[in-house]
Amino acid sequence: MAFGQGRSGGGGRGRNADKKTGDKAQGQRRTLFRRRKVCKFCADKIDDINYKDVKLLGPFVPERGKILPRRISGTCAMHQRKLQTAIKRARQIALIHYVTD
Amino acid sequence: MADRQYELVYILPPDTTEQQVTDLQTQVEGVVSKMHGHIEKTDPWGRKKLAYEIGRHKEGVYVLDVINGSGELMKELDRRLKVMDLVIRHMIVRVDQEKKVVERTQTKRRTESERRRVKRGLPPQRQPGEGRAIELDETDDDRFDGVEV
Repeated sequence: MAFGQGRSGGGGRGRNADKKTGDKAQGQRRTLFRRRKVCKFCADKIDDINYKDVKLLGPFVPERGKILPRRISGTCAMHQRKLQTAIKRARQIALIHYVTD
Repeated sequence: MADRQYELVYILPPDTTEQQVTDLQTQVEGVVSKMHGHIEKTDPWGRKKLAYEIGRHKEGVYVLDVINGSGELMKELDRRLKVMDLVIRHMIVRVDQEKKVVERTQTKRRTESERRRVKRGLPPQRQPGEGRAIELDETDDDRFDGVEV
């Protein structure tokens, strides 16, 4: 689990670096040192992702109501899966809104 | 077979009286006890704002029940709640398996950390005053801020 997370994060960074080395503009070089994303649930050792905990789920559901993708939040695959079910359950009982358009 | 554990959440319209809520709760209890289950915990969350409108309601009275019982019981309860006009939304979730997994990971983490600590020649539990200094600094800062203000 931890390995998978590390690898995917590293891969993303590597690709980014390749693209950036081509153009040497100062502003773009800064993106090279972007902070590495860490799974919030792994870092904080949160085992239970509960649908009742709106405070926990809130940051992963932006305004639009879509679930924040893994590539942006940095959540690991296992926790993203659990997060997904929790958010879907919370939506059913009107704790979190569905996708609004 | 050991009983399964379920969580039932139901939402009532915001204008329901306390009496109606307790009436409904006794109805639920009746069904549960008839089907040889038992309610472990009832947690009325009270009035909450709904994230979206259900029917014409913008608010709702939430009640959470933790029920130990069989699948048939929950099926029956689900059917009845669907029929009831007073309940505007309900959801039943099985929780015993997930709970077990969570407990297992927690105990695993604890025993693992204890094992490592003993190996390093430390007492198995974390002592007070030990740990990350950064956290302490942060609390100090907070206190300092409070004094300044």
